[in-house]
Amino acid sequence: MKASVRVFLKPGVLDVQGKAVENALHGLGWPQTANVRVGKVITFDLAGADEAEARSEVEAMCQRLLANPVIESYQVEIAS
Amino acid sequence: MKAAVVVFPGSNCDRDCRVAIERSTGSKVAMVWHGESQLPDGLDLIVLPGGFAYGDYLRAGAMAALSPVMGAVRAAAERGVAVAGICNGFQVLTEAGLLPGALMRNQGLKYVCRPVELDVVNARTRFTAAYGEHRRAVMTVGNNEGAYFADEQTLDRLEGEGRIAFRYRDNPNGSVRDIAGILDRAGNVLGIMPHPDRAFDSALGSADGALMFQSVLGSA
Repeated sequence: MKASVRVFLKPGVLDVQGKAVENALHGLGWPQTANVRVGKVITFDLAGADEAEARSEVEAMCQRLLANPVIESYQVEIAS
Repeated sequence: MKAAVVVFPGSNCDRDCRVAIERSTGSKVAMVWHGESQLPDGLDLIVLPGGFAYGDYLRAGAMAALSPVMGAVRAAAERGVAVAGICNGFQVLTEAGLLPGALMRNQGLKYVCRPVELDVVNARTRFTAAYGEHRRAVMTVGNNEGAYFADEQTLDRLEGEGRIAFRYRDNPNGSVRDIAGILDRAGNVLGIMPHPDRAFDSALGSADGALMFQSVLGSA
């Protein structure tokens, strides 16, 4: 299975990188852009066949290491 | 007093910390590699130094927080041994859950490296007692992820319980409520972003950091 984890700063936590990118986009002539957020994507292979089990394992990985729950939220995607 | 400095791959202030502790307190300092699962017996102070432990991969401090030595640091903290995380060490302590909150990218998106003036907010802690009436301290900061963040409830609790040890007088990085250093609930774990280890002799521009190490000496 392939796991993909998207990690972003929580809503309400100021994303200074997102803000800088947004300002740059405005400067380049795209004033219609707003709420730019910069995050990261972590992908990996995962042995096993049970999707629900895989999801709960990856959620645990997010809590322990992949995300910092104090400031970040995450989304898990599992593909077989 | 007996002290230890933990050395992670990528630490770069470990030797500074050792010299600062030796010169400030006359104590013996053991250097402990991150792969060790035990610390020397009878320690009064453990310092997690500044640097870029594990290259700051994933998040500053995230990998270091999982290294073998941190189990022993956690156990020592629970026994009441003084633990100070300086700069990257502060990041490691928050990632390890030994201190609340997190350290985020500086608001100006720049690595900030300069002297800062601090208020010693609470001079009745194991890390600040020696400051006494000397309530201003000059140290330098050198960080990219130095902006302290915690939710409002946590911040109110830190304030209410006297756990904000140091505040910036002129916030260099966007830290919430100008926080430069905090304590854990029991008061024996300190995280501080500025470097007392770079301020232990007036030849370095300031000797105010020596008082932090001397405070621990006084409580040992």
